[in-house]
Amino acid sequence: MKEISTKLLVIGGGPGGYVAAIRAGQLGVPAVLAEGASLGGTCLNIGCIPSKALIHAAHDFEQARAQAAGTSPMGIRVKEPTLDITQTVRWKDGIVKRLTSGVGVLLRKAGVQVLHGWATVEDGKTAVVQLEGEAVRVRCEHLLIATGSEPVALPSMPFGGAIWSSTDALSPTELPRRLVVVGAGYIGLELSFAYRKLGTEVTVVEAAPDILPRYDEALTKPVLDSLKKAGVVLHLGCSVQGYDAKNGVHVRNARADEFALPADKVLVAVGRRPRATGLGLESLQLTMNGRAIAIDAHCATSMRNVWAIGDVTGEPVLAHRAMAQGECVAEQIAGKPRRFEPMAIPAVCFTDPEVVLCGMTMDEARSAGVDVLEASFPFAANGRAMTLNAEGGFVRVLARKSDHVIIGWHAVGRSVSELSAAFGQSIEMGARLEDVAGTIHAHPTLGEAVQEAALRALGHALHI
Amino acid sequence: MGIYIIRVPDIGEGIAEVEIAAWHVQPGDAVAEDQVIADLMTDKATVEVPCHVHGKVLAFGGKVGDVLPVGAELVRLEVEGEGNLKETAAAQAPAAPVNEAKPATQPVVAAVVPAPTPAPNPAPVAAPRAAPAARPAAAPHAVRKEGERPLAAPSVRQRALDMGIELRYVTGSGPAGRILHEDLDAWAARGGVPAGGASIYAERHGEQAIPVIGLRRKIAQKMQEAKRRIPHFSYVEEVDVTELEALRARINQVHGSARGKLTLLPFLIRAMTVALRDFPQINARFDDDAGVVTRYEAVHLGIATQTDGGLMVPVLRHAEALDLWQCAAGVARVAEGARTGKAPREELSGSTITLTSLGPLGGIVSTPVINHPEVAIVGVNRIVERPMLRGGQVVARQLMNLSSSFDHRVVDGMDAARFIQAVRSLLEAPALLFIE
Repeated sequence: MKEISTKLLVIGGGPGGYVAAIRAGQLGVPAVLAEGASLGGTCLNIGCIPSKALIHAAHDFEQARAQAAGTSPMGIRVKEPTLDITQTVRWKDGIVKRLTSGVGVLLRKAGVQVLHGWATVEDGKTAVVQLEGEAVRVRCEHLLIATGSEPVALPSMPFGGAIWSSTDALSPTELPRRLVVVGAGYIGLELSFAYRKLGTEVTVVEAAPDILPRYDEALTKPVLDSLKKAGVVLHLGCSVQGYDAKNGVHVRNARADEFALPADKVLVAVGRRPRATGLGLESLQLTMNGRAIAIDAHCATSMRNVWAIGDVTGEPVLAHRAMAQGECVAEQIAGKPRRFEPMAIPAVCFTDPEVVLCGMTMDEARSAGVDVLEASFPFAANGRAMTLNAEGGFVRVLARKSDHVIIGWHAVGRSVSELSAAFGQSIEMGARLEDVAGTIHAHPTLGEAVQEAALRALGHALHI
Repeated sequence: MGIYIIRVPDIGEGIAEVEIAAWHVQPGDAVAEDQVIADLMTDKATVEVPCHVHGKVLAFGGKVGDVLPVGAELVRLEVEGEGNLKETAAAQAPAAPVNEAKPATQPVVAAVVPAPTPAPNPAPVAAPRAAPAARPAAAPHAVRKEGERPLAAPSVRQRALDMGIELRYVTGSGPAGRILHEDLDAWAARGGVPAGGASIYAERHGEQAIPVIGLRRKIAQKMQEAKRRIPHFSYVEEVDVTELEALRARINQVHGSARGKLTLLPFLIRAMTVALRDFPQINARFDDDAGVVTRYEAVHLGIATQTDGGLMVPVLRHAEALDLWQCAAGVARVAEGARTGKAPREELSGSTITLTSLGPLGGIVSTPVINHPEVAIVGVNRIVERPMLRGGQVVARQLMNLSSSFDHRVVDGMDAARFIQAVRSLLEAPALLFIE
């Protein structure tokens, strides 16, 4: 068997793995990256990026339909719009292709050797990568596990046929007439909105009594209202029993009444689990944290010079966390002292309206015993939101009462995902309410609501 | 209604002034006859002053820490019927109302009233810039709570890692205690760096001003007086107490249960009282103002005693007339009296020589300060078992040092040495202690 020796072997070419490899290459650390599927991982291929493309297409289509129905408040009228879902998917695939090939270019530029094959770990310093026709044994000083996560299936409804995972839902060949979405987390709701806007009848079944757990009621209410307004049927506090093609999804509610929801497709979006088994990973006998690989503040596992980053290390399963961890590990391998200790990892739901959480939630602050100042500013009082015909939602700030240091930002509304940059920066910089309140925010932008929230927490909001 | 004045009582012992140690009542309080209203402290002791009448407290003659002469007005009461103060006199000599800062009128008081606080620093020439907008933050040097992460921008955090600085030990000078790049520089300049050299111990910045009043002031004055007036001559000698310890163990074995166990101290007291018969110049008090040394046949032994308030020296009177157990009981009694503040006055003054012992903490040498106006003090160091040569053999012996100080103005070195050697011979052949 052919053998390669390198300093760093990265297993997994997702956002965590490819960033680690690029950074290692930049720092002159010889690196090999093994990826059996397309570069870019879940995020670029079957996650963040394709879902956002679909969501945007759906949004535009829905706008056009509203304009055709004569309900556009701006007075825009169009003739009956149509959707070529095949073209939509082709457009989305084009974006994905550009991004993933871009990752390949970046890796090449950084001098990273990419092996397109599945790796099997033999020990903490060796893995065998199965390439087309041949296998290569890679010996390394440092092993980085960045194998990501995969959708969880329900035992009663394995993926396949009418049962979709999120991956299937992002590449439909035709639109189902009736879609039942199991799970009202952010993945389930984002796709519920998208399909509803594309014209599908969508029903959401969620075992918990609320949508979007971890988010408080003030944040989820605009989303809930929007779902209802869009005509999405919600069955909260209901569990899914099974599926048959004739009757659809069998559901049992809290009173143990059973009923069937007719469905052409069923999207199961009940969560993601770390891909910490298979690929020979068990043979390393790493300390686990539940299903995830346990890591310390350096992203080091229980085995020396074996590192793990991203979804395989558990919550929060977010691409930007994996990227930051990848950078952190690469720099450590290059000899720099680093720790992964962010003050805040923003989380975004691309529902309609969008929801952003950055830093501490109210409950977290309360249980940490922090005495807080809290204030929110509604987009109803923001000029730009009015011109976007998106007056729902608000920006909320949480600061320590004692010294006004900002510890959390929460927002719900159109395009608030873009505010997460400001949120994260102010928290990482240790900004106080006065710092944000004293920064000129451009007018007219949604960002003014950020400044106004800080002003309001200080007791002198200007526009409310 | 009349005014009744309680004056600082004459405590005796020639004491001319007292310090107010504590008030037990407040102006406006009703007081009953025999109720204790104040604690007064003299050179020797703390005494309680009871009220003589029923009435209401109008005013104090001073605050805690003030020194009043005997006979000065201590407290002014309002009483039923006639008081003990004539109207005219009242107008002339009112007690200082407590809520006025004015000290009492007697000169002696004025002399000891703490100096007025120094005038505030002259205002800087340039008016200070207006303080930055009210900072809600705690002081920048506020200590972070356990588990609270230091506040620092990402670039500062990364640089701290590069420099090997643990941010949680660095104080931040930025808003809300944010750690700035300058703080890292300052930390490094102070020697926090290089890597691994950063101190894990936080600096402490608290300070506490303790007024030196009451017993502490007495101690301070006495110590200063002794060291200022007396040229101390110190002498240390080693004493083999092996036989004495054996004897003590034997006595305790035979008589301990019935008569109480003896420490070494009664034996030492016995040795001193016997030796002092031949050295009257050492059992003496030197009134240096008058130029008179008074030698005493009686040995009134001062016993240096640690109390909660500080060092006190109660007196074991006529130690020369006490047997071992009487000595032991006497030492215990006067020490207890000093510690509880219940010592009778005659047990707090009039000592002719002093003994000081820290027991097992005695160390190997000490330089005791003479209890002025005495002329000698004997200090006891700890007993240590050591190998010694006896007749060419190395044997284990128990050894103890005696560290003594003498007033070299009136005690010559030769006499001092002879005295200590006499004590030593008695202790090393303890049978001699009991031979008249």
